[in-house]
Amino acid sequence: MQDGGVREVDRLTVRTLDPDPRGAVLVESARLLGFHDLATIDIADIYFVAGRLDQPTRARLSGVLIDAHLQTGFWGHPDDTLPGTSIEAALLPGVTDGVAATLIEVAHTLGLAVEAAATGRRYVVHTRSGRYLAADELGRLATRLLSNGVIERVAIGTVDPVFAHASTPAAVEHIDVRGLGDEALAAINRARGMALDPAELRAISEWFTAAGRAPTDVELETLAQTWSEHCSHKTFRARITMPDGTERPSLLAQLRAATDRIDAPFVRSAFVGNAGIVSFSPGTTLALKAETHNHPSAIEPFGGANTGVGGVIRDVMGAAHHPIATTDVLCFGPSDLPHDQLPPGVIHPRLVRDGVVAGVADYGNKIGLPTVAGAVLYDPGYTANPLVFCGCIGVGTDVPPPTGPHPGDLVVVLGGRTGRDGLRGATFSSATMDATTGDVAGASVQIGDPITEKLLIDLLRDASGLWSAITDCGAGGLSSAIGEMAEHTGAVVDLALAPLKYPGLSPWEIWLSEAQERMVVAVPPGSIDDLQLRAARHGVELTVLGTFTGDGILKVRHADRLVLELDTAFLHDGRPQRSLPAELPTPRRNGAVPVCADPSASLLALLAHPNIASKEAIIRRYDHEIRGTTVVRPLVGAGHDGPADGVVLAEPNGKVGIAIGHGVNPWYGIADPERMAAAVVDEAIRNVVAVGADPTRVAIMDNFSWGDPRRPSTFGELVATVDAICASSIAHGAPFVSGKDSLNNEYMGADGQRHSVPPTLVITAVAHVPDADMVVTPDLKAAGSELVLIGTTWPEFGGSHLGAVLGGFDDPMDGTVPGADPRAPERYRRMHAAIASGRVRSCHDLSEGGLAVALAEMAIGGHLGVAVDDTALPHDDVVVALFSESTGRFVVELAPGDHDWLAAELGEPVVLLGTVTAEPRLRFGPCTVSLADAAAAFGAQSFGAQSFGAQSFGAQSFGARSFGGAR
Amino acid sequence: MTRPLALVLQSPGTNRDHDVAFALELAGAETSFASLLELAGNDAPLRRAQMLVVPGGFSYADALGAGRMFGLSLEHRFGDQLRQLVAAGRPVIGICNGFQTLVRCGLLPGALGHNASGSFQCEWVTLDPQASTCAWTEGIEAIDCPIAHGEGRYVHPDVVALEAAGQVALRYRRNPNGSAADIAGVCDATGTVLGLMPHPENHVIARQHPHRVRGGGGGLGLQLFQRGVERARSI
Repeated sequence: MQDGGVREVDRLTVRTLDPDPRGAVLVESARLLGFHDLATIDIADIYFVAGRLDQPTRARLSGVLIDAHLQTGFWGHPDDTLPGTSIEAALLPGVTDGVAATLIEVAHTLGLAVEAAATGRRYVVHTRSGRYLAADELGRLATRLLSNGVIERVAIGTVDPVFAHASTPAAVEHIDVRGLGDEALAAINRARGMALDPAELRAISEWFTAAGRAPTDVELETLAQTWSEHCSHKTFRARITMPDGTERPSLLAQLRAATDRIDAPFVRSAFVGNAGIVSFSPGTTLALKAETHNHPSAIEPFGGANTGVGGVIRDVMGAAHHPIATTDVLCFGPSDLPHDQLPPGVIHPRLVRDGVVAGVADYGNKIGLPTVAGAVLYDPGYTANPLVFCGCIGVGTDVPPPTGPHPGDLVVVLGGRTGRDGLRGATFSSATMDATTGDVAGASVQIGDPITEKLLIDLLRDASGLWSAITDCGAGGLSSAIGEMAEHTGAVVDLALAPLKYPGLSPWEIWLSEAQERMVVAVPPGSIDDLQLRAARHGVELTVLGTFTGDGILKVRHADRLVLELDTAFLHDGRPQRSLPAELPTPRRNGAVPVCADPSASLLALLAHPNIASKEAIIRRYDHEIRGTTVVRPLVGAGHDGPADGVVLAEPNGKVGIAIGHGVNPWYGIADPERMAAAVVDEAIRNVVAVGADPTRVAIMDNFSWGDPRRPSTFGELVATVDAICASSIAHGAPFVSGKDSLNNEYMGADGQRHSVPPTLVITAVAHVPDADMVVTPDLKAAGSELVLIGTTWPEFGGSHLGAVLGGFDDPMDGTVPGADPRAPERYRRMHAAIASGRVRSCHDLSEGGLAVALAEMAIGGHLGVAVDDTALPHDDVVVALFSESTGRFVVELAPGDHDWLAAELGEPVVLLGTVTAEPRLRFGPCTVSLADAAAAFGAQSFGAQSFGAQSFGAQSFGARSFGGAR
Repeated sequence: MTRPLALVLQSPGTNRDHDVAFALELAGAETSFASLLELAGNDAPLRRAQMLVVPGGFSYADALGAGRMFGLSLEHRFGDQLRQLVAAGRPVIGICNGFQTLVRCGLLPGALGHNASGSFQCEWVTLDPQASTCAWTEGIEAIDCPIAHGEGRYVHPDVVALEAAGQVALRYRRNPNGSAADIAGVCDATGTVLGLMPHPENHVIARQHPHRVRGGGGGLGLQLFQRGVERARSI
């Protein structure tokens, strides 16, 4: 496909006959941008076709592209354009355009000659007052709401398409680094965006000096990728230097040591390969993986989150498992942030959230995996640097993993084609962002294609045994995938064989491209024909790029030119180990209790707090039902809108289940990283125990999103956190099997100040449920039941949500962050036995907002009331009793009179709080709130409704809470 | 009893194929899968099929509109075989994206637009069977099952005529997406072809119901597949 520049282009514009409901969503978003006069935004799709079509061809395409019941359309340039009304956007060349590809396929199916196509969107804006928007207003609407400059071109009026075009590949460059000083090396480092440190640059310079030659650009880029924080986790592998000069083992070594010490029989593989692998039930293994995709999501929320999901699913495929579910934990700035407080170059948090949620939903829904568990957190600290944690679980057969690659095996790439997508993603994600990041990093953004990945999943399920090793193409593309696979063998590959989306890529671009939906497999020569046959049947492209050799040398050619020749030992082990100084945090832990004059008002404020309030508007965007395995959903209860603790999946024809729970609390992290870490591990495990999982069969994953670890206080937070999670992991007997760190989550504002995210640790617990018919949920089940509190309540308000709704302590370091309860591990084992007996009617863990919020959530879920006597509260100070966030606690609902039985089962006293009432009122101590008010504050939609249909629809009522632009 | 052969059609993006196959097996059918790619080389499975299923998913990623490319390919390559199959009275069902596909290829009336909410929705609904000619819903009780779609708002220029012709097979008890006259499923004039947006295949055992954990439940979607299998057996 050549871009003629002056070639003729025909276009078809298609809009809906009825007002497009997506337009109402945009009007609502525009209001938040300060556009209060908009009445409607009409959305139309534009199809561009190269060449001028004759009338019969136009008519045939119209017949297919326009659904006469729903749509209308016209060919040619719009002639009704009024100044101040229309905006059009089209994808930049090189950005994956799946619709255009389908359009060409349609044309071919119809026997029409269409050689090139592109797509765009047209918006027509109408104001209530009838006035036309000024050019600068349209421009603001166009760039801040209706398009993303990272992937799209936008125009006021009409846009011209650019078809994918060929360029002349740049020649391979040699960059002589031999004998250069630190300053000269640093200049090369900056110019190429390599994000390496001086010691690493020196090691590279020395290696090539010894080799007697200058490196090629391909070699430098490969080293920068392989040695990036993202790929090599150099902070977690760094020696830790304490202020007194003593050294401690690396963070990764400590995590591994904890897992080794627990020595759980169900761990098959931890900390190696693409995902952790466990076996909870005979014959079956689970692959577990959680990833971050923060930086890409900050500059292109939809694409960033979209490919984050796609990437973690490929990780599970790369561990030779079949994906069965995904999870997501999302952290955003406040949705109602005033626009004048938005740092320059930053996308508004509401639009980030809309885009990220749409991106997660798009990938998960289309690939056909239930998006079941997760969390959504809001804090000003995430405004410039949102966090997107994506997880995936896969299932496999409990057999020894393949042992390859073996010398002689073929290097085979499966799936999507290679373009300029996501170049330098690994180095980009390892660097600090600044106001221009969105401009310069354009090439770092990838667009997902879930259908191609779905075909890959189907092929791999059908092709087990035909390959000796497998890995996914993630950050670093082929360079990382092949580089890692060839670590012990060496390989020779020819980049000229790689199938390209469009011609003209330079060798380093092919080698480094992060084009999505590709897997690399090592295939014994005897299996290649069979694999090729199956790939064709599944519609998956297969290409042999080279051979694994056995000489320990990685050689990359482009046709007859050698462009890279590196010793794999240097590539993988040549990076000098970092040594990082740590200054441990000094938490205050002064036991302060917030002054709370009106507990009822505080309860309602807590229920309405964005971190506690219903996440239904987001959860309903994800298909959590596909596969028919979802037993406990993220929303539960009489009206399907009460919050769940953990979720449970079970095959329809099986007995056992898998529970998934999360723990995350950055507000604790700000005040006391050590206690935060223990609390978060406890919460994740507590969540799975609460639904009926066995606490002796829990595996956990740790994901860190932190600031710049080269700052000793920041690294010290990580050191304190890892200390505490290792201790908690050992105390609970729950081993780490996989983890990921995303560091440098900082943003250099125009004010010259560095903005860092709050210390954010996400713990994901995956646990065995022995009997998926014996699960429990938090929603109250029956009036007359007794309510019992388990665990001990301390005055623990550091980083608490009561503090947040009361305006916080004067000093955020005040209060005591909830610590670990040493009795918790034993308590959870006994709780499991109690739940397994079938006598626990409902169970809810206590977390943000403490006892009061937990009881309110149970009541909202069950459409029932609660009555708790003053005398039954678990602490003399009513504020502590109701709102403290002490860990290790549950509220359970039991048949009347069963509390003594439970105390005996647990071997410790329990607190009989009161009873479940038919009267729709929450009465505990001095707190009295009607259930309707509580439900309204929480945002539960089902109140009053007796059956399904938790939400009221219609764009107007839903608009304020709905997500997603017109994508 | 014989197990009628049910063919589950696949396209790039089909993703509830295994869910519906599980439901059909449970209902007494023998299932097999075939993609259009495979049928293009050998259409014997299509000719042998006693039941035909177009499952849910995102065929061709919904590019150019849900079901459009799948519907076009189906009509273009296998239109005649499809019409013969229907004429022979062999039950055909399109679920979600399958419904969208069958509408696009002309086997079912009406069209499916974007939900009134403007976004994808996943939630449970109750479906009430209507007095209709539909073989799949004859004599069944109300069904509880999930919806999971963004383009499920049923549109038809003359709902009264559609109903009079006995083609409105299923209605939502509470309309989740703005569908005309609460319509969740429609059949063709012969009652052989059913299209519906909700997913009865995801409620075929009691444990799948969200109220199971509250000691409750609701009508199984399995009923619908059992009726389809009975009809296939009788042909």
